Amino acid sequence: MWRVLIGRLSTAIPSIAGVIVVTFVLTRALPGDPAVYFAGPTATPQSVEEIRHQLGLDRRWPVQFAYYLDDLAHGDLGNSLSTGQPVLTEILTRLPASAELTLAGLLIAVLIAVPLGVLAAVRPGSWIDHVCRVVSTAGVSLPTFFTGLLLVYVFYFLLGWSPAPLGRLDIFYSAPPMHTGFYLIDSLIAGDLETFRATLSQLILPAFTLGIFALAPLARVTRAAMLAALGSEFVRTARASGLSRWRIVAVYAFRNAILPVVTTLGMVFSYLLGGNILVEKVFAWPGIGSYAIDALIASDYAPVQGFVLAMAALYVTLNLLIDMLYGVLDPRVGISA
Amino acid sequence: MREFFRQARYVVAENPVTGVAFALFLVFVVVALFGPALAPHSPLASNTAEALHPPDAQHWFGTDQLGRDVFSRIVVATRLDLGIAAGAVALAFVFGTGMGLAAGFFGGWADRIIGRLTDTIMAFPLFVLAMGIVAAMGNTVTNIIYATAIINLPLYARLARAEANIRRDAGYVEAARLAGNSEIRIVVAHILPNIMPLMVVQASLTLGYAILNAAGLSFIGLGVRPPTAEWGIMVAEGASSIVSGEWWEALFPGLALMLAVFCFNLLGDGLRDVIDPRNRT
Repeated sequence: MWRVLIGRLSTAIPSIAGVIVVTFVLTRALPGDPAVYFAGPTATPQSVEEIRHQLGLDRRWPVQFAYYLDDLAHGDLGNSLSTGQPVLTEILTRLPASAELTLAGLLIAVLIAVPLGVLAAVRPGSWIDHVCRVVSTAGVSLPTFFTGLLLVYVFYFLLGWSPAPLGRLDIFYSAPPMHTGFYLIDSLIAGDLETFRATLSQLILPAFTLGIFALAPLARVTRAAMLAALGSEFVRTARASGLSRWRIVAVYAFRNAILPVVTTLGMVFSYLLGGNILVEKVFAWPGIGSYAIDALIASDYAPVQGFVLAMAALYVTLNLLIDMLYGVLDPRVGISA
Repeated sequence: MREFFRQARYVVAENPVTGVAFALFLVFVVVALFGPALAPHSPLASNTAEALHPPDAQHWFGTDQLGRDVFSRIVVATRLDLGIAAGAVALAFVFGTGMGLAAGFFGGWADRIIGRLTDTIMAFPLFVLAMGIVAAMGNTVTNIIYATAIINLPLYARLARAEANIRRDAGYVEAARLAGNSEIRIVVAHILPNIMPLMVVQASLTLGYAILNAAGLSFIGLGVRPPTAEWGIMVAEGASSIVSGEWWEALFPGLALMLAVFCFNLLGDGLRDVIDPRNRT
């Protein structure tokens, strides 16, 4: 087990190295001179030069890169120029908001897509199969930001069921005491059902927006994998042996169909991390996506760099976890590793 | 060729949705080509006296906050939106296929370097990478095209690599080699034509994603700048009105976007059924 784990970890190293190089190159190429921005409108060329020296921007690129690596090793992502705060702390304080939203979206997608795909495969050609096909084609065609706005219009403006799309919690409520950073969990720990309800009502629209987007590929792959599994010989044997229909579908076929579904989950997560940015903008969600947008507009390179790095690190880690999950779900995978 | 058309007719007869998607595609192409001539109003002329009018006979899709005709803006924007997507897909197609062929056919160092490169791109959440690239290279339409092309590159490179690799020692390749063809000539004249259909299917399947990606970038304020008419920006501009009930400013450009992506996805599926019947879904 440990050898497999270390083997997997070592395959992630080149990806992480690539990510670090790419983020460095990208952010040093950002338009706008941070030194000029930092010095303010009344700066003389001399003071700009001085600040450039302070920031280390007058050094050659390889030297800057060495300093960058050193800072990274110390967990230092630099300071945001516009807010003056360390990027790492800002990202860490905003990360739970994004994580709560993304995970809720993923949960909704899985809870809808997997049963839908399974049912569609069990009864191919039935109405539920058609629903599955329409959902999986329409889902990928909907721009996330547009779905979000439509949901806001219908559920906030027309029906008045959901609160205004302005962040994680209505201003009348105060955030629950911090334990996990997830308001849903924290409010339950504090036993504050009122806050829990308020959090949930804010979360539900953005989470559904993300979920609808992620649903399509999941439903499609679940259906295809289940169809393949149901058509296989061991299912025929199980059927011939007189096992119950439910047992064949849930135990024999689904257990074997789950691997491609988990693979797709990794891909879907990449979509979600991107879609997150758009959804956070629509719902004024105080996560790292909206932080990055603000930084981009101010051409503030440290937060952008930190953001891209954090996202890529998150994604690489997740893929690693999925890789290891394979071994748990399907013992055959572990042997070849 | 006749075989191809027979297969195409069979697919359309089997699944009329593909036919509808193709008709829709033609409409989009005509609008993209002749957009400015078809629009009833100027896409840029503002008229604050008529700001945020709901749809009526004069303005079919209503007017936006500056009193511009939403219908005309959507029509004119078609060329830009489809142009960005087509440009990005074309770039990714050419370079991705080239890289994949080199990696898959020659192997060795070429394979290692290209493999690393695609792995690095795939290590990012793709929209985040596109965002970073556009921000770094500058906020222009050309850079949106480059960014979208770069994030699509690995898809083509990987497919071309796999397909070139399995054909590397095929009988007809050996025959061509014995007949004295150079390696380059074998790749271009024998391998490429054989993997072309699969690459075309891939291109049509990624076109919709390219449109969504470009519109998403301009929605967050990167790339195309106002007052240019573009679907993503129009949805962004309509975002504030939709909360107060003026739905038309964001709804119609969003629908145009959705319809275009829907059309390309269906078309891609249909094309795959024609070219690669084994993978029918």
